[in-house]
Amino acid sequence: MKIIIAVIKPFKLEEVREKLTEIGVQGLMVSEIKGYGRQAGHTEMYRGAEYVVNYIPKIRLELVVPDNNVSKATDIISETAKTGKIGDGKIFVLNVEDAIRIRTGETGDNAI
Amino acid sequence: MLSLIKIFVSALICIVSTTILHAEETNTDLVSAHGVFVFNTLLFLIGGFLVMWMAAGFAMLEAGLVRSKNVTTQLTKNIALFSIAAIAYFLVGFNLMYPGDGWLITGYLGPIFSLTGLEPVGATAEQIGDLGYASVGSDFFFQLMFCATTASIVSGTIAERMKLWPFLIFTVLLTAFLYPIEASWQWGGGWLSELGFSDFAGSTLVHAAGASAALAGAIVLGPRIGKYKDDGSVNPMPGSNMPLATLGTFILWLGWFGFNGGSQLALGSIGDAADVSRIFTNTNTAAAGGALAALILTQIMYKKIDLTMVLNGALAGLVSITAEPLAPSIGGATLIGAIGGAIVVFAVPMLDKLKIDDVVGAISVHGIAGIWGTIAVIFSGGSFGAQIIGTVSICLFIFILSFVIWYVLDMIMGIRVSEEDELTGLDTTELGMDAYPDFSKS
Repeated sequence: MKIIIAVIKPFKLEEVREKLTEIGVQGLMVSEIKGYGRQAGHTEMYRGAEYVVNYIPKIRLELVVPDNNVSKATDIISETAKTGKIGDGKIFVLNVEDAIRIRTGETGDNAI
Repeated sequence: MLSLIKIFVSALICIVSTTILHAEETNTDLVSAHGVFVFNTLLFLIGGFLVMWMAAGFAMLEAGLVRSKNVTTQLTKNIALFSIAAIAYFLVGFNLMYPGDGWLITGYLGPIFSLTGLEPVGATAEQIGDLGYASVGSDFFFQLMFCATTASIVSGTIAERMKLWPFLIFTVLLTAFLYPIEASWQWGGGWLSELGFSDFAGSTLVHAAGASAALAGAIVLGPRIGKYKDDGSVNPMPGSNMPLATLGTFILWLGWFGFNGGSQLALGSIGDAADVSRIFTNTNTAAAGGALAALILTQIMYKKIDLTMVLNGALAGLVSITAEPLAPSIGGATLIGAIGGAIVVFAVPMLDKLKIDDVVGAISVHGIAGIWGTIAVIFSGGSFGAQIIGTVSICLFIFILSFVIWYVLDMIMGIRVSEEDELTGLDTTELGMDAYPDFSKS
């Protein structure tokens, strides 16, 4: 089992979710975040004073998938979330020790 | 104790007999000629600032119904359009709307570029044109607010994808020329008033006209990206702040007492005072009827009450009664408002079916309910023919001219933001200022 953490542009969320559902992903965790990578901030003006906007709104997706679905999921996210412009985001893949379904007590791949 | 009663009774007899003896005299003798002028002026001033407060209502309503990333832009449009209306109406609009003797084409077109001038400071009775009316300043102040209201109806419909400057340019033209011209046809003593058209406070002159301009804009602009899917389904884009939207609606409700009440145009007699009271009461009850109609309908149709529909319903009720808030009974006004509220519940999804993306429902609330309200005047004795002619001529006039202006603006400067800007949100791309910035600054 792996957990995929993906940072994408906010307007890409619905499209990514639809494509993930098509390949059998049944659950998703979504949070609104602000961040930056190499897409640096830009300067803005507030009441006559300049300031740098360092943090750009992004969406953070987290999904836990069985090992055999990981590369399909990361490929789908990559393709769908890509615009070719700077700031498209990143995907990280981490190992998951275990998963438990609270309602039934199932563990492992049966829990996701 | 007995002597006290005797004194009281004799005083009562004195008062009653004095009143009976004076019953033959006209109303204005009971309030002096100067008093009539002062009371009328007072009504205009109070009505005027109440309608001004509606600008805050629109701003809050729209801010609450657009998404967070577009709120600053929406607010900017609201305060800017109000200010533009104020200047444009002074420079051109007021005298264009009330030509008096100065018609260029009698009944149709007043003088263009005629500045508004006020009475001299400390005006005396001799310097007043019509002592039975009100001060020019109060008249101008009051009417200006109606002009601004018309413009603010447009900003809600075309939200979230229009560039700021084309909207402001359109507003200049709407407030300086389009609105004053069509309003002059009725309130300025033009051809519609000769025809017997009746629109007490502007269901068509203000609301349906504003909605017509908005409709033209929405058509030229196109819907928001992702709003209508290829399979015909509609993608809702919920507003960012229900408390603001609700606050805005209540503010509009309050301001509407000035909108309709002030349109009595007189407060210097018992009849006028009683009339303004009727108008306040009917205005209020129509809003209530509209709100409840929408509440009940959405419960039945969608199994859940939709707050945004209830808010729109209340406003539709207010718009509906605006054409005739004086004549109906309380029950009648409630019904007129309720029908307006019901209309809106059906009109909003209908516009979506036609792929006309109206972000806040302004076309439904102000346009369709406005037309209903104008036609409903026939229940108070209006002429169906005159109401139809008035509604159609004003809406067509505004719609066609607005469409041309939007189209030309689109050719010259483009009225829609780029796809990327629209997806990122107008606040950062048009203005560089988040409405809810949190920790975006370093």
